[in-house]
Amino acid sequence: MTALTGVESPPARPPVRRSRRGAALSVVVAALIVAVALSLMIGANPLSPQVVWATLRGEGSTETTYIVIGLRIPRTVAGLVAGAALGVAGALTQAFTRNPLADPGILGVNAGAALAVALGVALLGLRDISALVWLALAGAFVVTIAVYLIGSSGRGAADPLRLTLAGVALGAVFSGITTGMTLSNPDAFDSMRSWNAGSLLGRGFDVIMPVLPFIAIGLALAFLVGPAMNALALGDDVARAQGADVRRIRVAVIVSTTLLAGAATALVGPIAFVGLMIPHVVRWTFGVDQRTIIALSALLAPVLVLLSDVLGRVVIAPAEVPVGIVTAFVGAPVLIVLARRKRASAL
Amino acid sequence: MTLTATPAPRRVLVRLGPLAVPLRVRSILVASVVVAVVLVLGIVSLGVGTYVVAPDAVVRTLLGAGETMDRVVIVEWRLPRTLAAITLGALLAVAGALFQTVTRNPLASPDILGLSNGAFTGMLIALVLVSSSWQSLTVGALIGGVATAVVIWVLSYRGGIQGFRLIVIGIGVAAMLASFNTWMLLQIELETAMFASAWGTGTLNAVTAGSLGGALLSAAPFVLVATVLGPSLRQLDLGDDVAAASGARPNLARGIALVVGVALVAAATSVAGPIAFVSLAAPQVARFVARTPHLSLGLSAVFGAVILLASDMVAQHLLPVALPVGVVTVSVGGAYLVLMIVLEIRRRA
Repeated sequence: MTALTGVESPPARPPVRRSRRGAALSVVVAALIVAVALSLMIGANPLSPQVVWATLRGEGSTETTYIVIGLRIPRTVAGLVAGAALGVAGALTQAFTRNPLADPGILGVNAGAALAVALGVALLGLRDISALVWLALAGAFVVTIAVYLIGSSGRGAADPLRLTLAGVALGAVFSGITTGMTLSNPDAFDSMRSWNAGSLLGRGFDVIMPVLPFIAIGLALAFLVGPAMNALALGDDVARAQGADVRRIRVAVIVSTTLLAGAATALVGPIAFVGLMIPHVVRWTFGVDQRTIIALSALLAPVLVLLSDVLGRVVIAPAEVPVGIVTAFVGAPVLIVLARRKRASAL
Repeated sequence: MTLTATPAPRRVLVRLGPLAVPLRVRSILVASVVVAVVLVLGIVSLGVGTYVVAPDAVVRTLLGAGETMDRVVIVEWRLPRTLAAITLGALLAVAGALFQTVTRNPLASPDILGLSNGAFTGMLIALVLVSSSWQSLTVGALIGGVATAVVIWVLSYRGGIQGFRLIVIGIGVAAMLASFNTWMLLQIELETAMFASAWGTGTLNAVTAGSLGGALLSAAPFVLVATVLGPSLRQLDLGDDVAAASGARPNLARGIALVVGVALVAAATSVAGPIAFVSLAAPQVARFVARTPHLSLGLSAVFGAVILLASDMVAQHLLPVALPVGVVTVSVGGAYLVLMIVLEIRRRA
C-alpha cells in the first residue's frame, strides 16, 4: 500500500486557507448533526427533541422506544452509511474517469444489482430485503469485475475511457435483460418498481450489518488513495513522474468504488444521483483537492440522503415518498443553481 | 475523445464537380459493408414472419413484379416497419454523434441529457390524463422530449452554451424527470405501469407509411444542415480556442448542432416513442470499427440503421415473448459496444 501514499503531500497551506477549511468542515458537520436529529424526530408520529433524548437514554414509553429505537435509528444509520458510501464512490468515480457524467453506477454496479434482484424475485420468489441484499451485492460485484476485465485487458493500466464505455455497454446489456424479464413477469415488475425507487424503509440492523464491513473497507481504501488521486488528476505521465504507481492506484480506486457503491445499492437500492451531485458541489465550493473532496463528500452526502428521507416522510403524510425519488427533487435544483452561478469547474 | 493515435490513414480524394472531399479508404470500406448488411437484413426482415417469402421473391416484389398476396404483405404490411427501423436508427445515431461531438463527451446522448426521460414523462402524463391510444402516447412523448430540451437549453444558456454546464444541468433535469417517472409508475395500477414501461422504451409496432413519411419529411432539412455542419464540428473537437482561431464560430456551430440533434430525436420519437441507446452506442461503435479519429456522422448513421434493424428483428422473431424493440436495442447496442471494445483491445495487444 505504500505506493498509494508514495506521493509527497503538498507543502503546508497558509493559515488563512486552513481556518477557512476548518469553518467549512464545522458547517458540514453541523448540518449532518441537524439532519440526524431531524431524522429521529420527524415522521408520521412527530416527537419533540426532549422525548427523543429521553428515549435514547432509555427513559421513553414503549411506544416512543419502538418508534425511535426500533424504526428511526436503523433507518437513520442506513441513510448515514449508504449516503457516505455513495458520496465517496461518486467522488472517486468522477476523479477516476474524469467525466462529470459518471455516477457510481458507471461501472455496472446498479445494472448488476438490479438483474440479481430481478432474478431472485422472478425465479426464487424472494421478496424480503434481507434476502435480496446478498443477491444485490453479488450481482454488483460480478458485473463490475466483468466490466474491469473487459476494460482493462490488453496492455497497460485500465484506460478510464475504455472502462467507462465498457461499464455503460455492459450495464445496458444487463438492464435490457432485466427490463425484458420484468415485463414478462408481473410479480418481478412489481418488486422492481419499488426497489428502483430506493428506500430506507425496513432496513433494520439485520440488513445493515452484512454490508457494513464492505463499506468500511471501501472507505478506508478511498482515504488511503486520496493523496495519490491528486497526482493522477494531472495526467498519467505527471503522476508517474511523481512516483505514483498508476496501475495500483486505479485498481485500488475500482475496488473501493465497487465495494462502496455495491454495498450502498444493495442496502437502499439505486440512488445514483447522490454520488453524482455531491462531489460536484464539494468541488465547486471547496476546491479541487481530492482529499477534501473525498472527506467532505463522505459528510455531505448523508445530509442530502437524510434530509430527503425526512422530507419524503412528511410531504404526503401519512404515506411516504421513497428517498430515491425525493433526493433528485431536493438535489437537482441546488446543482442547477450552482452550475449556473459559479464558474462551475470541469474536472 | 480518441482512444488511439491513428497512423496516417490512407485517403482518396473524391471529386464531385467543384467539390473535392478527402475520404479515408477504411471508412468507405466499412460504410459499404454495413450498407450491404442493412440491405440483406432488410430483405430478410421483409420475408420472415407468419407468412414467409423467399428472398428472391421479396426482391422481385419490391421491383414491381411478384404475386398480389406477396405485394400486400411485403409492401403494405412489412415495408413501413423495415424502412422505419433503418431510417429512424440513422436519425438517432446522427443525433447522438452531434451531441457527443458538441459536448466532447462519449456519455452524452439525447438519452442521457434528459430527452428520453422527458419523452417518457410526457407519455406517462398522456396515458394517465388523456388516453392509451398510440397517437396520444406519441404526442405526449414528443411534447415531453422537446419541452425538456427547451428547459435544459434555457437553464444552460448564459451568453452561450458551454458543454460542461449543459451536461451538468442536463443531468439534474434528467434526474428529476427520472424520479418523477419512477413515482408515477408506483402510483398507477400494476397493469398500466407494465404497459407504460413496455411502450415507454420505444416500439415499431405502430409504424404506418403515413407517420413515417411525415417524420422523415420534417427531419430532411435538419439532416441537410447536419451534413453541411459536419466539417466545422470536427474543429470543435479540438477545443473552443483552437476552433475559434481557425475561423470557426464555436458557439454558433454548437447551438445549431444541438437544435438539429433535438429535431432528429423528436422526429424519431413521433413515430416510435423514445427508443433507447441507439444514439449513444452507434457513434461509438462506428468509431471503433472504422478507427476514425473523430465521430463521423455518415458512419454513425449506417451503424444506427443496422443496430435498430437487427434489434427489431430480434424483438419480433427471436424472443420467446414479444417485446418492444427499445428493450432489445439496449442489449443489442450494449453487446455490440462490448464486442467492439474487446476487439479494439485485441488489435492493440
